Amino acid sequence: MSKKLTTRDYPLAEKRPDLVRTRHGKKLEDLTLDALEAGDVALEDLRITPEALRQQAEIAVAAGRPTLARNFERASELVDVPQDVILGIYELLRPGRAKGKSDLLDAAKLLRGTYKAEQMAAFIEEAAEVYERRGLFSKRF
Amino acid sequence: MQDKSPTPPQIKVNRWRRFADWDERPLRLDRFAVEDAAAGFAAFSSPSDPKPGLEIENGKVKSMDGIAAADFDMIDLFIANHHLDLEIAREAMAIPSPEIARMLVDMNVPRTKLVRLAHGMTPAKLAEVVTELNALEIAFAYSKMRARHTPGNQGHVTNAKDDPLQLAADAATAVAFGFDEVETTMRVARNAWSNAVACAVGAAVGRWGTLFQCSSEEAEELQIGMAGFTSYAETVSVYGTERAFIDGDDTPWSKAFLSTAYASRGIKMRCTSGAGSELLMGFHESKSLLYLEARCLCLQRGMGVQGTQNGGIDGAPVTCTVPGGMRELMAENLVAVWLDLECASGNDAAATESEIRVGAKILPYLIAGSDLICSGFGSILAYDNSFNPSLMNGEELEDFLVLQRDFEADGGLTPVGETEIIELRSRAVQAIAAVFEELDLGKPTADMMASVVAASGSEETQSYLPRDVSFISEAIKARGINVIDVIRALAKRGYRTEAQNLLNVVKLRVTGDYLQTSAIVRNGHVISAVNDPNEYLGPGTGYRLSKERRDKMVAIRDVLDRDEVLRSEGRHAKAEARLIQYRAMGEAAVGNDPKEVVIGISPAFGVKIFRTLGGHPLSSVLDALISGIRSKGCTPRVVRLKHTADTSFLGLSAARLAGSGVGIGIQAKGTSVIHQRDRLPHHNLELFSNAPITRLDHYRRLGENAAAYALGDHPEPVVVPTKGEAMGSRFHAQVALIYAIETEMTADGATPENVEIRLTEAAQ
Repeated sequence: MSKKLTTRDYPLAEKRPDLVRTRHGKKLEDLTLDALEAGDVALEDLRITPEALRQQAEIAVAAGRPTLARNFERASELVDVPQDVILGIYELLRPGRAKGKSDLLDAAKLLRGTYKAEQMAAFIEEAAEVYERRGLFSKRF
Repeated sequence: MQDKSPTPPQIKVNRWRRFADWDERPLRLDRFAVEDAAAGFAAFSSPSDPKPGLEIENGKVKSMDGIAAADFDMIDLFIANHHLDLEIAREAMAIPSPEIARMLVDMNVPRTKLVRLAHGMTPAKLAEVVTELNALEIAFAYSKMRARHTPGNQGHVTNAKDDPLQLAADAATAVAFGFDEVETTMRVARNAWSNAVACAVGAAVGRWGTLFQCSSEEAEELQIGMAGFTSYAETVSVYGTERAFIDGDDTPWSKAFLSTAYASRGIKMRCTSGAGSELLMGFHESKSLLYLEARCLCLQRGMGVQGTQNGGIDGAPVTCTVPGGMRELMAENLVAVWLDLECASGNDAAATESEIRVGAKILPYLIAGSDLICSGFGSILAYDNSFNPSLMNGEELEDFLVLQRDFEADGGLTPVGETEIIELRSRAVQAIAAVFEELDLGKPTADMMASVVAASGSEETQSYLPRDVSFISEAIKARGINVIDVIRALAKRGYRTEAQNLLNVVKLRVTGDYLQTSAIVRNGHVISAVNDPNEYLGPGTGYRLSKERRDKMVAIRDVLDRDEVLRSEGRHAKAEARLIQYRAMGEAAVGNDPKEVVIGISPAFGVKIFRTLGGHPLSSVLDALISGIRSKGCTPRVVRLKHTADTSFLGLSAARLAGSGVGIGIQAKGTSVIHQRDRLPHHNLELFSNAPITRLDHYRRLGENAAAYALGDHPEPVVVPTKGEAMGSRFHAQVALIYAIETEMTADGATPENVEIRLTEAAQ
């Protein structure tokens, strides 16, 4: 098992470029203007990766920021979730959008099943409990 | 026995007119509110605020701030589940609030210790602690507790036409002045994409590293971020009451989910909260502003966002209507940094029309430093600020630069010279025009570009109008143009530096280094609370200006030095040479003509200095004095005094040389005096100390009066009407420099010298 990153490994781009790989396995140094002009760098190459978010989570823990770390961990699970799914779940989480607890539980199931987003799913399940308790499923006009 | 003293006359006055004067001041455009906790108008405390408290049972929160877990609303639930660290809570909640307050201002208690305790503190506890502090203590504690060592600033870049050329030019300008983040928004919602492209390109001119956001509707803002144009977001608002949250169409869970979504896209994000939002939305539960904001901040830490934009924000103006409002805004910023959140500390929406209140509002933040002092500063003119005018706007940007210089305090901005600004603005409009042409979005004309480069604001431009922009914006969106297309267009058209700069910003998201707390980019490096932590432990620690930074920061334009004064005088030397000749005639002796008035001129008079502070040529001034003296039948004699440059002693020495015993002393800058030989040095007959407003007719009457005293008369003293202009700071540096030139020319014991004055006709 690899050693956890610490604040000494930060910023990764300068201290640990060896750890950095893009979605398609490119290194930071490959992301040049020349390569972009040649068509070898697409927007997809400039996206964050789940690994990078987990690494930042380790650094955040080392810096004494556990809640920030948990957000990065949840985010690492959302990297591969398509934009429309994300916006759909966000909409569902707004007050009065879900008709009942099961709508949110379905969303959690989707995140857990299709995208392996365990922590994010648990977070949505927690929301389902709270919404039921606070009457947030009631219809809003 | 009855008092027989007469009754005083009745005075029928119904108003002291000073109140009418005060009515006319900008301050009176501000309206103030009565403190009324029940109606939500209370800054620090309200009878409805709960007392701090926490009960833990079997590792779970049983009650928090007096509310049983069963009665928690969704905000309490979120805070209990996600913010509170129960292992620390027992320890932290047991420490008396005054003791923690003293730790906050104790330079020997490290920030990390206090941050740890905050992880175990409830909203009411945090609020109770900071309430113990006065405004100065809050500012000090803020300086100690803010997360990042190096202070920064954020600016708005918007305009009333959504003109992309001006956005590019103004973004480049904001970057040059040093803003670490620039934020845009639109007058017309559908222009978001055009605004984003224009600002992204403009912000890539000059240097790289300025983060950029485009504030728009949640889903669209995320899409614009996904297309690579923006690098941060801060419009994820949270509220301190459940009803306000629901009315804002969100919950803590929906906002937390959105925050996580931004992180998953590699985009820096902070939440927005601030005093007064619940009050404005009508769901304040009669709680104090500070307590509600403490709830918002605990919520944000629980959500795991790296930072907050707080300090009133849109609620700042209403907060500043109540007693203690400005202190409250500082206190809520302190709670934010104590909770270890990046703080973009408000100083945003204009909270007052009084310039004095504006200056007072900004000062504690400037001297304390802040992750982002304003969120943001209107880098554009007030009328171009599409967020509504900020506390400080483009009009006042130089005031801010000077405040930085006055207090040697780093507000994140740096003066920029006129030539550099023109070059950057030109480059920016050329770059965005090239992108538009390359991507077939438009073809701006040279006239459009020139009008934008020169314009202070959009009222002066002949450029795109909002409707034109909507076609550009919709095309960008519809064709799915992303940042790669823009970088490629820049490079293809020869803007390789800008292309590289823009690529560098987008590349930040690959590692996510800039997602950590308080991250900005300086000199091509990400700095944040992780690698640039604030570790203040008293004088000599924490952020200090480096010599290099100080040199840049103090270099405001149009400063005076000795060379500048001499250069400016040199321009007048030639003109004066044509009007007047001073010829030295040897040592001056005491005169014996009882009608003789001596004019004692100073060492630099007509030698190095040629005009008074009032702008009058010294030839004309001498002419006025001489003709004034002659008009009363007296005889003037001009003597140069070389042993002193002091007005009183010039006058007294002149008087002692005069046959009449009356003399005039005059400095080159125009300050003058009428003196008499037997008087004490500072007990003169008439003093003309306000040189900047002393006119030639005053000098002539000065000559007349001197002659009248010589003849034994008692003339009406000459009064130079003043409203204090002459004491304005515009003159002080000049006065000191001129006086130094005079004193350098004096020599102890140097004898006075008669001077023959020849005035040409032009002078007379």
